[in-house]
Amino acid sequence: MDKRTKPKGRLCTLCNVNRAALKRPKTLEQLWVYVHSNLLRPQLWVTGECFYTVFEDEIHRVILDNHLFKPGERIAIGASGGKDSTVLAYVMSELNRRHNYGLDLFLLSVDEGITGYRDDSLETYGLPLKVVSYSELYGWTMDEIVKLIGLKNNCTFCGVFRRQALDRGAALLKVDKLVTGHNADDIAETVLLNILRGIYSPNAYRGFAREFIKDLERLRPRAILDIIKSGEDFRISTSTKMPEQGTCERCGYISSQQQYREMRFKKYSELIAHLLVVEQHDELLMRNHESRPPGTTPFPKVNVAHFHQTRRERSPGPSRGHGRGRGRDRDRYFNQGDRLELNNDPQHR
Amino acid sequence: MFILSKHRGGLELLCDSVKIHNINVDPQHGEKQLTMKNLLSWVRTNVIKERPEMFMKGDSVRPGVLVLVNDADWELSGQLDTVLEEMDNVVFISTLHGG
Repeated sequence: MDKRTKPKGRLCTLCNVNRAALKRPKTLEQLWVYVHSNLLRPQLWVTGECFYTVFEDEIHRVILDNHLFKPGERIAIGASGGKDSTVLAYVMSELNRRHNYGLDLFLLSVDEGITGYRDDSLETYGLPLKVVSYSELYGWTMDEIVKLIGLKNNCTFCGVFRRQALDRGAALLKVDKLVTGHNADDIAETVLLNILRGIYSPNAYRGFAREFIKDLERLRPRAILDIIKSGEDFRISTSTKMPEQGTCERCGYISSQQQYREMRFKKYSELIAHLLVVEQHDELLMRNHESRPPGTTPFPKVNVAHFHQTRRERSPGPSRGHGRGRGRDRDRYFNQGDRLELNNDPQHR
Repeated sequence: MFILSKHRGGLELLCDSVKIHNINVDPQHGEKQLTMKNLLSWVRTNVIKERPEMFMKGDSVRPGVLVLVNDADWELSGQLDTVLEEMDNVVFISTLHGG
């Protein structure tokens, strides 16, 4: 049934022989690449196709210009089995071979313990593979965590755990560097999320930010690179304290999150209990946002998470509690279930 | 007009996990040609079984869904205005998921 009809586009701007199959958003070049329309399984890349030539040369340039690697170094490639890290693993081993970087490459994969998630997704391209698992490192699989906290809001755990799992896997492999397959979309998304985080909740906007970026890209392909550039050029107010990378006093692994470091958790279950509260706050902020989107009338309703006592009197001391509360407003919320009217009693102002 | 429509990258989940659809679409009344715009609305009505918002936004695909017409990105052939011919093959690939 599958008929090879001619692509409807024009010729590749590089070779001027074959039909272009894609347009690079970054440069608007129209390039030839052989598209395997069956898409049954990843095929070997055919060298010489213009897109791959341009793509691989560009990465080689970046590696050279920025002196990313030295001969003899051991490099771990963070490999999820998805498209981005698969491309990364291919490009790294291909460029290492072609240009004699002299690197020892390893694939490093994290097994979150999610049934069926990456059971058969890893192809190793002949590279040695190390798998570190949440159950080995932390004594919890994601399946078990999900059983405890449900299908929503478990990304915090997964993300915090994965970052450290990669560090610890890299330490086990005794590598000099770890490379990951984050792409321009990912970085632009992070820039936007960091802006939104200052206003709302970190996780809740993840899906929206990605879609927004893809919307912008459609209007103006360079928008993604522009956002990254804006992120690089942020002026940080001189009074702002930047997070410092430190190590956890307990386990010795990298942690820039002082709030986790200073809590001196002794067990991962204590960290998990803490993250559960973080997630509650996250969901709470999102619900508050939904009941009062930006630009609508102020404070028709608010949602609260947990308060043990009803407090009518404002205590003289500073408000207490986890996370970034809304400062002085916090004491005016009452424990009457999920949805509450704000107490607008003027004497509290 | 027979068109081969393939749904990949998770989009097959919106049509009962069937990845390849041999479909027969005719140009709309009063039009001679079948365009991608016509095909999209036909696919949305007749092929997509659930959560159409994961597939389309407005009258086009959701940003982040790649569209290939005869193995080339539809950006090269005019996107929604691409004119389809008998036995053309169209591939939809979602990239809106973890990498």
